[in-house]
Amino acid sequence: MAKFKMHLLVCGGTGCHASLSQTIGDNLKEILVEKGLDHEVQVIMTGCFGFCEKGPIVKVMPDNTFYTEVKPADAREIIEEHIIKGRKVNRLLYQDPENKEHVSDSKHMGFYKKQIRIALRNCGFIDPENIDEYIARDGYEALGKVLTEMDAQQTIDIIKKSGLRGRGGGGFPTGLKWEITSKSQADQKYVVCNADEGDPGAFMDRSILEGDPHSVIEAMAICGYSIGGTKGLVYIRAEYPLAITRLKIAIAQAREYGLLGTDILGSGFDFDIELRYGAGAFVCGEETALIHSMEGMRGEPTFKPPFPSVSGYLGKPTNVNNVETFASIPVIINKGADWFSSIGSEKSKGTKVFALAGKINNVGLIEVPMGITLREIIYEIGGGIKDGKKFKAVQTGGPSGGCLTEHHLDTPIDYDNLIAAGSMMGSGGMIVMDEDDCMVSVAKFYLDFTVEESCGKCTPCRIGNKRLYEILETITQGKGTMEDLQKLKNLSYVIKDASLCGLGQTSPNPVLSTLDNFWDEYVEHVTVKKCRSSQCKALMQYIIEAEQCVGCTACARNCPVNAISGERKLAHYINQDICIKCGACMEKCKFNAISIK
Amino acid sequence: MTKVKSLADLRKMKEGLESKLNLREKSNNPESLVQIRVAMATCGIASGAKTVMEYMIDELEKRNIEAVVTQTGCMGYCYAEPTIEVTLPNQDAVVFGYVNEKKANEIIEKYIKNNELVDGIIPVNYETIKK
Repeated sequence: MAKFKMHLLVCGGTGCHASLSQTIGDNLKEILVEKGLDHEVQVIMTGCFGFCEKGPIVKVMPDNTFYTEVKPADAREIIEEHIIKGRKVNRLLYQDPENKEHVSDSKHMGFYKKQIRIALRNCGFIDPENIDEYIARDGYEALGKVLTEMDAQQTIDIIKKSGLRGRGGGGFPTGLKWEITSKSQADQKYVVCNADEGDPGAFMDRSILEGDPHSVIEAMAICGYSIGGTKGLVYIRAEYPLAITRLKIAIAQAREYGLLGTDILGSGFDFDIELRYGAGAFVCGEETALIHSMEGMRGEPTFKPPFPSVSGYLGKPTNVNNVETFASIPVIINKGADWFSSIGSEKSKGTKVFALAGKINNVGLIEVPMGITLREIIYEIGGGIKDGKKFKAVQTGGPSGGCLTEHHLDTPIDYDNLIAAGSMMGSGGMIVMDEDDCMVSVAKFYLDFTVEESCGKCTPCRIGNKRLYEILETITQGKGTMEDLQKLKNLSYVIKDASLCGLGQTSPNPVLSTLDNFWDEYVEHVTVKKCRSSQCKALMQYIIEAEQCVGCTACARNCPVNAISGERKLAHYINQDICIKCGACMEKCKFNAISIK
Repeated sequence: MTKVKSLADLRKMKEGLESKLNLREKSNNPESLVQIRVAMATCGIASGAKTVMEYMIDELEKRNIEAVVTQTGCMGYCYAEPTIEVTLPNQDAVVFGYVNEKKANEIIEKYIKNNELVDGIIPVNYETIKK
């Protein structure tokens, strides 16, 4: 067998994949063959490195060189310069935004310094399509230990002691959930992995399944052993084709090795996993709706109790956990409950993966200890706000969450603090907003999403959210009144109180939290008909300042609707009735004569 | 493919597989390991740096020494090629010239294992410019 002296890790996550990382990998391989180096240098497609902002990423081992924004055409230079001549390709290295120095090792980048990778431990390190690499990294060791050295209750006790809470959003203690399911009596029990990641902007579950599918498979088998179930089901959305492919490969490999199937590792324990595809409905992330969808019925939530742990899939006790929760399990078994609970805050243990998105310099996937502050995440890891703008808010918890403002920048982030601040952990999406974002429009955006995604079962959710959306629409149109603001509040509370499932109970959160934190902005929209971020088109006007206009006609020539009139060399004028507020005139004006009022 | 039949089997299998990832594991914290850089510019390669590098990688593994062997560009000592730079944990780097397999063996046995200096050290006569 060839003995490789160098490894080239190419990011194969969806983000980098879309930027042609597969071609980069192929090019690298091809050139290595051409140079006769294919027996010395190995090219590996890995999972997500997390630093999506700078993707595609190529990492050279053993010297730990981290190349960013690599294009397929750069493959030759990397091989000819770095691999053959040993000179790093400077232009592809990460540049420190502050001192403009090239940083070649990811360990010295602000983005990675504060991270602790547990759920993402293998993402960007191993080849997700090769079970051997997972085994080499202690893979299936935890399953082996549990099956041969521990009984079900001991396993549950470790998880309980570790303090692990559900990473899907609710934060229910995982060990307790397993214990309840294990105590239910039935001839068959099911382990379900909830991979129906629906929050806009969140992609950690997808990245884990793409980058380290075996960790989820191993954890599901451990769960099966603990609760007394032999069947596992992964409910995954069909919109995640790469994750599905890698998961299928991983399941097939695990079966081949006998790590799934009958008599696993000679312990007499049987376990196997099947996939169930979802059609991408947000409500199906709710466990009862998810179970109905798997049974082939409409994805509608039903009343709890009975909880799925008592009566779930096909009426049998079912344990539903999120992908990220599962991915943390093998490490907890291997390293112990005390190790895990030493990380994090008092009531939230371990680490959490966040998907950083929005107006932030380092968009990507990060894993940080619970209890870290928002300031550390946004300024140290995220590299601050794009284009030096001012931070306004960060939206956490997706459509069920709320906004945190600069008052919350130093609050340690964990399940309970986020709820106290009027938001929630959710699955870990973090959308950062700057001064150019209008909070009324943000609330409207999320309502638009929930109106679309409401299953329609409960009237307050089905109709109430629609009305909320309409009121917000009125406000952004400049037709809102102070009475509307009160209506928004009242209606929000009704929807929260009278809806059956989590979707309806939390859908008004974006409205309530923006009302709380940005009341002035709402009032401004309603009373002075002004949008301070110039996002609500109906509330703004493009105006030409007569003193500064030299009459060059550039604006008039570029106006797509001919709303601008005026003689050459004389001041021009915008007809507000025709203007569609596209901003083309302002872009073209060289004399800064056009402003937004 | 053979099935893994027990935890002992799995552990044995892991031991066999670990070496394949060793290179990646080690490069996560190179400071704590012996680091060796082989000058692999045209002159170095022409005088046999490649053979030396392969020899070092194989021998270090055979003798169970945890080390990271990487290549680098021209170090400037073209008269003394092949040259290698050895950095022991928490020590300054030392450059050795005219390294062939015999010399490499001596470096491993004496310097890397026992921290005894051997002949052929090139005194460092430059400073690296910090940008």
